[in-house]
Parts: sequence; C-alpha cells; structure tokens
Amino acid sequence: MDMTGSKHKNNYPSHPSRIRIGGFWWIVFSLAAGLVLWELIIWLANPPVFLLPPPGLVGRRFWEVASNGILLRHIFYTLIEILAGMALGVSAASAIGYLLAKSPTVERLLSPYVVASQAIPIVAIAPLLVIWFGPGLISKILICALIVFFPVLINTIVGLRGVPEDLHDLMRSLLATPQQTFWLLEVPAALPVFLGGLRVGATLAVIGAVVGEFVGADRGLGFLVNLARGQYDTALVFVAILTLVILALSMYGIVALLERRLLAWQQRKEQDILQQ
Amino acid sequence: MAVSPHIVNPNPSIPILQVSELSAVFSNGQQGLQALDRVTFSVYTEEFICVLGPSGSGKSTLLRILAGLLPLTTGELFYCGQPLTGPQGDIGVVFQKSNLMPWRTVLENITLPLELRRVPRAEALRQAQEMVELVGLTGFETTLPRDLSGGMAQRVAIARALIHDPRVLLLDEPFGSLDALTRERMGSELLRIWQHRRKTVIMVTHSISEALFLADRVLVLSRRPGQLRLDLPVDLPRPRQEQMRYTPAFGELARQLRSTIEDATEIL
Ligand SMILES: Nc1ncnc2c1ncn2[C@@H]1O[C@H](COP(=O)(O)OP(=O)(O)O)[C@@H](O)[C@H]1O
Ligand SMILES: [Mg+2]
Repeated sequence: MDMTGSKHKNNYPSHPSRIRIGGFWWIVFSLAAGLVLWELIIWLANPPVFLLPPPGLVGRRFWEVASNGILLRHIFYTLIEILAGMALGVSAASAIGYLLAKSPTVERLLSPYVVASQAIPIVAIAPLLVIWFGPGLISKILICALIVFFPVLINTIVGLRGVPEDLHDLMRSLLATPQQTFWLLEVPAALPVFLGGLRVGATLAVIGAVVGEFVGADRGLGFLVNLARGQYDTALVFVAILTLVILALSMYGIVALLERRLLAWQQRKEQDILQQ
Repeated sequence: MAVSPHIVNPNPSIPILQVSELSAVFSNGQQGLQALDRVTFSVYTEEFICVLGPSGSGKSTLLRILAGLLPLTTGELFYCGQPLTGPQGDIGVVFQKSNLMPWRTVLENITLPLELRRVPRAEALRQAQEMVELVGLTGFETTLPRDLSGGMAQRVAIARALIHDPRVLLLDEPFGSLDALTRERMGSELLRIWQHRRKTVIMVTHSISEALFLADRVLVLSRRPGQLRLDLPVDLPRPRQEQMRYTPAFGELARQLRSTIEDATEIL
C-alpha cells in the first residue's frame, strides 16, 4: 500500500520468459549432432528412401530446387500470403482492440463475437474460406489474418488496460490532447505487451498459410509439401518443411529484433538475469 | 517560460484557490463512500500550505479535486475567482508515486509538459537542463527511471511539475518513500525552489515537523469522512533554519498539531 523501499521500480510487464538460445557454436554443435544422429539411424535401420531420406539426398534435392528457382517461387508466394495476412490481421486487431479497450459500449457490443471467434478453430474453417474466395491468394491472406487476429487483439487490450491510471492523470493535468495521449503515453506503454502478441502472431501466420495451401492452392510451400508427398518425393517434403521452419524462425526473429530496438528501455533487466 | 493561456489572477487579495463546503462521495456499490465532508478553506497567492491527516482521510482526493482531475460532489471550488471544472494546465501536480514514464530518460521526462505545449525541442531541452540543475540531478540527464533511487525519481517528478512554470504546485506526499535525512534535504530544496520561483504550494505530508518546517499554514483532516479539523497558521520566521526544529515555539505548534491529529484519528 505505501511506497516504501528506496528503489523506484516500474511495474511494466517485461518480456514473457522465453527459452534461452545458447551461443553460436552451441547452435552449430547441436545441429551437427542432430545430423549425425540422423545418419546413424539411416545406417542402422536402413529404411526405404520414401520413409526417411538420408541427409545427403535432402541436401541434393534442396540444391536442385533452390538453383532452378522453383523453391524461391514457392517461398515468395507463401511469404506474400503471410505478410499481407499479418498486415490485415494486425491492423484490424489493433484498431478493434483500441476501441474495445477505450469504450465500454463497444466492448459490450463486440465481446460476444470476440469470445466466439476465439473458439472457432481457424484450421477447420479454412476449407470454407477457400470455397468462398477461391484457391488463390485471397483465401490464404484471410486465413493468416484470422489466425493472427486473436493474439494481437487480446494483447492490444491487455496492453492498453495496463497503462497506469496515474500517467493518464498526469497527461490530463497537463491538458494533453487525445492524440498526444495516444502517441506519447498509450503507444509506448502498451508496446511491450502488443509486441508479445505480434511475436505469437508471426509464427501463427506461417501455420495459417500452410493450412490454407493444404486445403487448396497451386503454389506455396504448403502446396509443395503436398505435391512432393503425392509423388513419394520425401526428400522434397523435408526441403519444404525445413524452409518453412527457417521462414517461421525469421518471422519470429524480426519481431524479436523489433522488440529489442523499440523496448531498449526495459532490456537491461534481461541482461541482468543472464549475467547471474 | 511558456506562456499559459489561462486565467490570470487579477487581484492578489482574492484567494487563488477557494474551497467552500466541499464534499466528495465515491459511488461504491449502493451506498457511496464519503471521502470529504464539507471542507472549507482558502489559499492565497504564494502561500505554502501543508495538509495532514490520517490515512484514508481524503488528502489525495482533495488534491485530485484541486487539480481538476476529479469532480467534487457538492460544494464549490474557485480558482482565481472562477469555478474550477477541470485541469487548468497551470496547476502542476506531483503524485504520490513519482509516476515517471519508464521509456523516457530523466531529461525527456522533464520536457514532457513543454512537448505537449509544442515548445521547440531545443528550447525545451535548454529549460529542462536548467531544471535538472535546480533539482540537483546534473549528470543523470540520460538515465532511465529504472536506474534512479526513489529520491532522485521524486526530484525528476518535481522538476517536471515545475518546468512549465505553473502558478500552483500540488504535491501528494512527495517525500513519502524517502529516508529521514534525504527527506529533510528535499524539504529544504523545495523551500528554496518555492522562494526562488514564487509558487503557491499545497502539499500533503505525514510528518508534523516537515509540515511546520515548510508551511505558512497547516490544515488537518479528520479520519473518514475527512472534515477540516484545524487550519493552523505557522508564524515562524523565514528563512527557516534546521535549528528552528528545536525551539519552544516549534515544539508548541508541534504539540498542538499532534493532539489534533490524535483526536482526528480516534475511532469513536
Ligand atoms: N477512486 C476511488 N474510488 C472509490 N473510493 C476511493 C477512490 N479513491 C479514494 N477512495 C477512498 O476514499 C478515501 C480517501 O482516500 P484518499 O483520498 O486516498 O485518502 P488519503 O490520501 O488521505 O490516504 C479512502 O477510504 C479511499 O478508499
Ligand atoms: Mg493519499
């Protein structure tokens, strides 16, 4: 209740604790160990190639599709779906989240839909979207947008609700305009939680794109997985999956980088923990 | 200093703040919670007022009403002779918690009021630097709030409340989180700023000796619902010195305040 204790501590939510990635050489070592294990399994069990292709074959297949431009075309297509879907989902979610957080009337009006939308398994309505919007880009973009929408919406609301009332009072006592309050208080104060939602959304968007392409598409990495499976080209399935992993990691990495840039003011806490 | 587009007090003989029969009721559940009960007092230009009272006596509520942040329930409140209906812009507030923006450095926190008035950045920084020196934080301009001690954070909050040169300064237990020595030093600094900048100050505190050391008048509120129990003029000479705390006159006033507060705290 009283504010004793000599250190002024801010009570802003920090990054949710994440799994910690070791140094560069540890990553190399751990991946190399994985490859050795993979080779070992091939050597001991000698499974048919369509069940588990050896790493060398996957590497060669990767080189083939990478050098003739096929892989790049599929990556490009999937990336467009993800980025456009995220742009749509994030802008809708943050705008609606802002209205929900600021207006009790809007909240009462929309909350049943918000809660219901959380219960809809996006994966299950993907076929519906493909029926409605065709097997082209639009249906994939919508699936990505929908899957990104919810975590970003919730984090926008939680972030805005967490803005300290005292700081709102301060802005009011200084006669700040609503725009000033938005840009100078609400945006920076809600940003840590908002970016947390974006980080989750970025990886979900990859899933959304793949699911959309599974249901119906003629391009994209999800389509490539399906195509290769149909041809028993398991090495190519591996290539597509690995590419998707790299894509998802890069999305995650970009948001993490964004967090590091924008949230430098709360970074040191993490470093403190790492040094202990 | 920034020009405030606000009411000017035309006549220093009329109170800068006039509170009459002011009550505040919070709507908690069915029966409201009364925080203040018919409080009446006036504050004149450049006076230093301290408010004492037990926890929950409505001191913060009173300050928030004076700041225009909270509507009063009944009664009247005049600022420079005109009804006060909302925040004024030339009333600076230092809240109970230092309330800094954690993503802004010391200097950026202090420039906030000027930024909101669209003062050019270079000019704002120049004035902020002046305030940094006034509150003794030179060398900490680019420090983030998380790396400040409680006392330093409070000084930043005071600098921020002073930078746009408000005429009235409202302080809610600004030194509540400090140790006794820092607290006395901050009190002396506040006195220096007050004398230097000719402000009207209303400050909530828990400390009788702090109130007597700083104030021209001390108001005492009773336990909830807060009623004004005492409006005590402190006619100790200025400038006030540390030794003053040990004089008989000081002791007599302290005794008077203590007994009023004890009565005001008693549960009947
Ligand atoms: N926003 C609020 N809503 C409801 N009750 C409040 C609110 N703010 C303060 N109160 C109540 O009003 C009373 C006076 O509070 P406050 O002004 O903070 O007292 P003090 O600052 O003297 O400790 C307390 O009982 C408190 O619980
Ligand atoms: Mg209080």
